[in-house]
Amino acid sequence: MSAKPKAASPPLAAPAWTRKDLVAIRDLSPEELTLVLDTAAAFKEVSAREIKKVPSLRGKTLVNFFVEPSTRTRTSFELAAFRLSADVVNISATTSSLSKGETLKDTARNLEALHADIIVLRHSSAGAPLFLSQRLDSSVINAGDGAHEHPTQALLDVFTIRERLGRVAGLHVAIVGDILFSRVARSDIFALLKLGAKVTLVGPSTLAPREFEKLGVRVTHDIDSILPEVDVVNLLRIQHERQRREYFPSLGEYTSFFGLTRERAERLKPDALIMHPGPINRGVEIDSEIADSARSVILDQVTNGLAVRMAVLYLCAGAARPKPS
Amino acid sequence: MSQPAPQPPAPEASLVLDEQAIDRALRRIAHEIVERNPDLARICIVGIPSRGVEVARRIASNIETFEHVRPDVGVIDVSMHRDDLRLRPHLPTVVASHLPPDIAGLTLILADDVLFSGRTCRAAMDAIASFGRPRRIELAVLIDRGHRELPIRADYVGKNLPTSPAQRVYVRFRSVDDSPDSVWIDKE
Repeated sequence: MSAKPKAASPPLAAPAWTRKDLVAIRDLSPEELTLVLDTAAAFKEVSAREIKKVPSLRGKTLVNFFVEPSTRTRTSFELAAFRLSADVVNISATTSSLSKGETLKDTARNLEALHADIIVLRHSSAGAPLFLSQRLDSSVINAGDGAHEHPTQALLDVFTIRERLGRVAGLHVAIVGDILFSRVARSDIFALLKLGAKVTLVGPSTLAPREFEKLGVRVTHDIDSILPEVDVVNLLRIQHERQRREYFPSLGEYTSFFGLTRERAERLKPDALIMHPGPINRGVEIDSEIADSARSVILDQVTNGLAVRMAVLYLCAGAARPKPS
Repeated sequence: MSQPAPQPPAPEASLVLDEQAIDRALRRIAHEIVERNPDLARICIVGIPSRGVEVARRIASNIETFEHVRPDVGVIDVSMHRDDLRLRPHLPTVVASHLPPDIAGLTLILADDVLFSGRTCRAAMDAIASFGRPRRIELAVLIDRGHRELPIRADYVGKNLPTSPAQRVYVRFRSVDDSPDSVWIDKE
């Protein structure tokens, strides 16, 4: 008997996920985004159980392949894989043979030869996850590639907004800071627009250039004018360690023009959310007391990141895939 | 009060239970549950999505009608616990589970529409085990169609329905399917 007969009636809403990889939010339809968020909501409950583990990915191997350093994203993926009963191997740039001159593709093919089912890739070059996903049978999950995309961060951001405010459509979200170099900003913009939110980018003209308006967002260099009308303010980290050129005169000047100080926070709507992908520079993008206030959902974002990553791993690697011919 | 005859879900399907028969079966199950579990504060009726949740809700409503106490109702997601995920071309939709915070002293009564191989029930028991250790787990089903693949039997059965393994059984609930309450079986 090849096709096992179905016991009862067919599922009410057939899941619409057919991807083996998650490379970019830009590729996803609003329905796919919503499916990930709904699936994540179900997986969030697993972390509240006495035994925080389900067997969905039992017997699968996940390789955390981080060519660029990261602690929280890697740990979040690692924990998500553990909760789904997958086995995890961590490889960083220094422990891989990339430092011996092996190409990315050769390293990845070696991992696949060891029967890695899922490769979570963080890479400094935009397009590296796409490159691998087209060449490997394994699932490839983008954990951040250059200044391109960081899809799971955007998913956890919209998940947190939806959980706290009940919806995403119709909300006005400000993304503040280093937009130009931020893969988080790009993924967030795509996710928010696809789900029907209005997005305004805020920053100095060197870091929030007008070209972004082509994506369908507003750009402003004056944070004070938009604070009273936004529902969510998402503060990006100033990556001062990466600034090779001077994009603004000093951190102090950045804070005085764009930092979310206590005075500025008072101008927000009472129920507006304050978000930050972390790690936060206290006293730069955000005042310490604002980061710890009731409106800050920064730690919710971390918790939700785990649920969202469980959902992504389950969706991309859970089902049987037809063997490539 | 005459209602139009429900439309079969497949052209050759024949009606096994109509609205009244389903209602009678679920009322009898409710009586049997009360008979075996006099302390209604210590039971929780746990539906297996999707239609098992509706079965659980109706059994609980029946118990409330007879006993004037509404037992707890829960939901247990089984899709994360299935042993055949890697064999399926499409993933089942996962939904959040809801169980009472402490299940240690409770009798959990699993509710589902159709009992077939028993694998869904096994997955539900595995899922429950990750929440704690209930005092007892029982199983209530609207239809038992046989062909078990595991050593599992139901404690409460609405109707035993002899089938061939390839036949399909359809359960329709007005509240879930926008179609009158009915159970159908495909032509052999």
